[in-house]
Amino acid sequence: MRKADIADALVERVGISRKESRELLELILTTIKETLGKGDSVKIAEFGSFLVRKKKERRGRNMKTGLPMQIQPRKVVRFKASYQLKKAVIK
Amino acid sequence: MILTEDQVTIVVMAIIEIIKEALGNGDKVEIRGFGSFRLRTRKSRKGRNPRTGATVSVPEKQVPFFKTGKELRELVNH
Repeated sequence: MRKADIADALVERVGISRKESRELLELILTTIKETLGKGDSVKIAEFGSFLVRKKKERRGRNMKTGLPMQIQPRKVVRFKASYQLKKAVIK
Repeated sequence: MILTEDQVTIVVMAIIEIIKEALGNGDKVEIRGFGSFRLRTRKSRKGRNPRTGATVSVPEKQVPFFKTGKELRELVNH
């Protein structure tokens, strides 16, 4: 399933036009991205949380050359699925 | 297009429902520039009942997994 498929499913469920559906989806995704970009977490009830986590500097290895290298401190996004989402995927 | 807060909430809830159902069917959801949602298999393992201390076998299960997309990863780590 890709973005266009989500937009199409949205048209059926919410009763909006295809154009509105695409625009809204884009707007919502952009809002989440920008919020994370500022370093803030985004929590969506019954779905999960997108958390910005700080990773410390550490020693790693260049996988291609095998040489040791220093990995700089960085920020990453981590998704924590809610209980409801976990439950929805368990058969 | 001007929407009320309630209308936006309905749309957001519909989106998460669509993604949830896709994952429930075992499908992968890929959103370019944002990330992808898919299922990962957790192996069965021996666990313990924290109350009684009895050893129990935790069966293999599927858990949701999100992989951050390139654009989002770069946006967060600027």
